[in-house]
Amino acid sequence: MCLAIPGQVVSIHADQPLLARVEVGGVQRNVNVGLLEEGVVTGDWILIHVGFALSKIDAEQAEDQLRMLRAMGEDALAIEEVRGYSFADESAETKVLVPSQGSSKEPASAGSGGIGGLRRPDVQ
Amino acid sequence: MKYVDEFRDPAVIAGVAREIAREVDPNRHYRIMEVCGGHTHSIYRHGLRDVLPDNLELVHGPGCPVCVLPTGRVDDGLSIASHDDVILTCFGDMMRVPGTKGTPLELKARGADIRMVYSPLDALRLAEQNPTKRVVFYAIGFETTAPSTALTILRAQALGITNFSVFCNHVTIVPAMRAILDSPDMRIDGFVGPGHVSTVTGCRPFEFVVRDYGRPVVVSGFEPLDIMEGILMILRQLHAGEAKVENQYKRIVPWEGNPPALRAMAAVFELRPYFEWRGLGFISQSALALKPELASYDAEAIFDIPGVRVTDPRGAQCGEVLKGVLKPQQCKLFGTECNPEHPIGALMVSSEGACAAYYRYALHAETVAT
Repeated sequence: MCLAIPGQVVSIHADQPLLARVEVGGVQRNVNVGLLEEGVVTGDWILIHVGFALSKIDAEQAEDQLRMLRAMGEDALAIEEVRGYSFADESAETKVLVPSQGSSKEPASAGSGGIGGLRRPDVQ
Repeated sequence: MKYVDEFRDPAVIAGVAREIAREVDPNRHYRIMEVCGGHTHSIYRHGLRDVLPDNLELVHGPGCPVCVLPTGRVDDGLSIASHDDVILTCFGDMMRVPGTKGTPLELKARGADIRMVYSPLDALRLAEQNPTKRVVFYAIGFETTAPSTALTILRAQALGITNFSVFCNHVTIVPAMRAILDSPDMRIDGFVGPGHVSTVTGCRPFEFVVRDYGRPVVVSGFEPLDIMEGILMILRQLHAGEAKVENQYKRIVPWEGNPPALRAMAAVFELRPYFEWRGLGFISQSALALKPELASYDAEAIFDIPGVRVTDPRGAQCGEVLKGVLKPQQCKLFGTECNPEHPIGALMVSSEGACAAYYRYALHAETVAT
């Protein structure tokens, strides 16, 4: 009910400016764009709910967010690597790089469940 | 699909999961409520429970429009279909919701003209195509859906269509969240806020949670990465001793919401003095009705609605599950008498119902694991 799906505007109906032709997962449907104040242009990504466009998808925000989230994963991998340095076990550098509560929560390498091979980073 | 696949990338989710694991305090128990049924569905579907720490409990919220509709109200709507000249239309989610005399699907099998539509505009089209019939749209949904119903009514008015009306069950999320926060048996540390409701309302309506209850709200999207990031943002607020409304879903949700949608709602609806919610009881100013000047589009003004209150089936604990007091599997009927083939309560029917999501994804995973 509250679920909504992203689609891309393919064209606007010349005689009905509030109706846009939108492609959703390879299928084209008409969508009412009367709830979008600024209107739409071909190529816009919109969020569709029960036949109406609810919101425009801000591509820049989406990219920023993904960049940040991907970096989060990379940071974690970097930290994991640093933790693995056995020569630096008690050194000050490790303590600087690893967040304060981190040492008690080593990500486990095995476990069950999860998405696409994801494993729960168990709290020990 | 663009803007979907990227937010399901297992490698990136794993990174955020590690960050969450690092953030949680192992000596603390966290209770975080995901407000929307859409969140609940996504959490089970993508197995997020399996990548979250054990001491972080996810409490399922009331944001499932079909689930919160009490049985009496389901019956009220279905009673309209008993008129020979009526075509009753509803969303697919409603078709299998049990009323006292059966589900819409069962009533249809017994001869009632009940049809599923994907959009209220489809119902309006049916009215245009069937001028000798009275077409009624069984409207349900939170603020996400209410503007679509409003625009459809305005369109009917503009086109001069007189055989179309709406049985209005639109509800608003803020009073339900307040009822949960006021409930003595609930302790919630923070909220994964309703992403799609907020596209319409914006983020401001949730400031009361911060102001009156000192709890964080992070308006979040529905993909696994959105929910994981929302949880991380809540944890960071809790550990910083902060409580504020944050927007995780900026790519979709403008802070101020959608002004044309709010205007459409204001033009068509007024607040009901009170409305009954399954599990939460009567909540004042928590639902919308058509304005009196639009009575000719209001099924409640056109038809004689019985308005009878019906208690939940014996043994069913839908209300407790809906409030987050019980987990789906803790209900006595879960998976035995109540299952997706023979649902006793709406929570087992709707794709956003916690019981349906749990039955479909989590129960199976558990069976496989043991």
